[in-house]
Amino acid sequence: MAETANPGTDPGHSEDGETRRDFLYLTAAAMGLAGTAAVAWPIIDSMNPAADVRALASTEVDLSPIEEGMAITVLWRGNPVFIRHRTAAEIEAARSVPLDDLPDPETDEVRAPRPQWLIMVGVCTHLGCIPKGQRVGEEKGLFGGWFCPCHGSHYDTSGRIRKGPAPRNLDVPPYEFLDDTTIHIG
Amino acid sequence: MSEFKPTNPVIRWIEHRLPIFSFIDHAVGSGYPTPRNLNYWWNYGSLAGIALVIMILTGIMLAMQYTPHQDFAFDSVERIMRDVNYGWLLRYVHMNGSSFFFIVVYIHILRGLYYGSFKEPRELLWIIGVTLLLLMMAASFLGYVLPWGQLSYWAAKVITNMFTAFPIIGEPLVTWLWGGYTVGNPTLNRFYALHYLIPFVIVGVVILHIWALHRFGSSNPVGIEADGPQDKIPFHPYYTVKDLFGLGVFLTLFAALIFFAPNLLGETINYVEANPLVTPAHIVPEWYFLPYYAILRSITFDLWFLSAKLIGVIMMFGSTMILFLVPWLDRSPVRSARFRPWYKWFFWIWVFDVAVLTWVGANPPEPPYLYIGQVGTVWYFAHFLVILPLLSIFEPTKPLPSSIGEPVLKGGGAATAGAAAKPVEKA
Repeated sequence: MAETANPGTDPGHSEDGETRRDFLYLTAAAMGLAGTAAVAWPIIDSMNPAADVRALASTEVDLSPIEEGMAITVLWRGNPVFIRHRTAAEIEAARSVPLDDLPDPETDEVRAPRPQWLIMVGVCTHLGCIPKGQRVGEEKGLFGGWFCPCHGSHYDTSGRIRKGPAPRNLDVPPYEFLDDTTIHIG
Repeated sequence: MSEFKPTNPVIRWIEHRLPIFSFIDHAVGSGYPTPRNLNYWWNYGSLAGIALVIMILTGIMLAMQYTPHQDFAFDSVERIMRDVNYGWLLRYVHMNGSSFFFIVVYIHILRGLYYGSFKEPRELLWIIGVTLLLLMMAASFLGYVLPWGQLSYWAAKVITNMFTAFPIIGEPLVTWLWGGYTVGNPTLNRFYALHYLIPFVIVGVVILHIWALHRFGSSNPVGIEADGPQDKIPFHPYYTVKDLFGLGVFLTLFAALIFFAPNLLGETINYVEANPLVTPAHIVPEWYFLPYYAILRSITFDLWFLSAKLIGVIMMFGSTMILFLVPWLDRSPVRSARFRPWYKWFFWIWVFDVAVLTWVGANPPEPPYLYIGQVGTVWYFAHFLVILPLLSIFEPTKPLPSSIGEPVLKGGGAATAGAAAKPVEKA
């Protein structure tokens, strides 16, 4: 090494006392960190949804057999999707609610652009249970929509949270109408 | 105590090259000097170790028969119950073993809290112990999912969904945990892998726990340090025999449960195969998670920018995490509750509070249970954050005995006849 009796002339030292060795430590540590991260990412990412799981991420549904007042549940990405052919009374109930009454304000027009068709993921936004209210005779909660039995969340006829611990309205999945009676979810 | 001097030539040959026998002797043999006044509450450490061995042994045997796939898991467990030779026994031992493991560990923790075993210089021993509790909780949760019954599935879904409470990272984190968009086959596979892994991590941390224990030795019911050799007796044979007696009682109760009421602590609905489209009407966790569940559900209001869900999740995890801080919250110089007239009462009130939360957790989250649970939750945290620090300052403690021997032996035990006094003469 270039250690000499006269450090003032040592080319390894800069004016403020930092050495080339400090720089080498820093860059080596940074490279080591980058290398570790580069190795860690494939390990971590391998736990994310695999290609075959992602490939099942869209589905098509024929709406023609669902009559007014009926509801069906289809599977999308492993989760139930509630499709409800709403009655005029249900639409009216959903659209007449003042936004101030909603914990998660959202208009029914946004949630259901075609008012008779309400399409949403049937998973409670609290802790993931399936709310009741799809089948005839099931409890629909205080607002005539859906009721989650796990921790008592009440949803209205637009699937919006009204009472209980759930933080958000039931999610509306991305979907489009291919024609008047067929939708593509995902 | 006595130096380890094997007579068997084979043991001596090995010992010379790898001093493993003296290591074991120092850990759980005659080479571990133990306070002479330990009562039966000190049985639960070794019982927990034995419970761990029982769980690993039965678990490995079950793993040879189990299929971790969403289409076959439930049936493979039923096959274990009906077709595999003694499969019913292995499964019932494993299933109820987790309950007994938790009973034993909870009593072990309560003993530590009552007698102040966590205090200086044993804080790290305590912290390692709380870490073991967290690992146990993870292992039991993961294992509960494997039979793929209705509660298995919905427990997995509800618990993993808790992470969605965290802003921004919540959703991608849960998708990552699931390996999909809901609890499914990838989830079951990874839970199985981790359920097999964690017990061996626990074994490693248990070794750290015992290592830290031996640094200063066991605490004891009077909570003062041993004065000298007259206050101690060798772990073997004195406490090995006492522990064996306790084990006999433990195994008798355990066998009674396994053979006469193997499903007493379980839920019938878990014998219905998982159905992702139907949530059971009442989701309840295993009994040993009920107090935490009650705390989670007692938060029904938002606070500032925090959602009720997030606060509930934080409080639930916090209720266990707060144990890490106990050595710094309880700063009373007196360890044992025997000499702490106020703490003794507050300790039992807290135990009662946890029992109430357990009961609340088993009931639906509506009045009156909801309000009782909220009061219980407030008390739970107040005990740690308010009562313990205040007691540390204001409690008038009773005078401590001058030595471990004094309360039981007239004259402080130093001058007693018999084997225990001999080391004094040497010293």
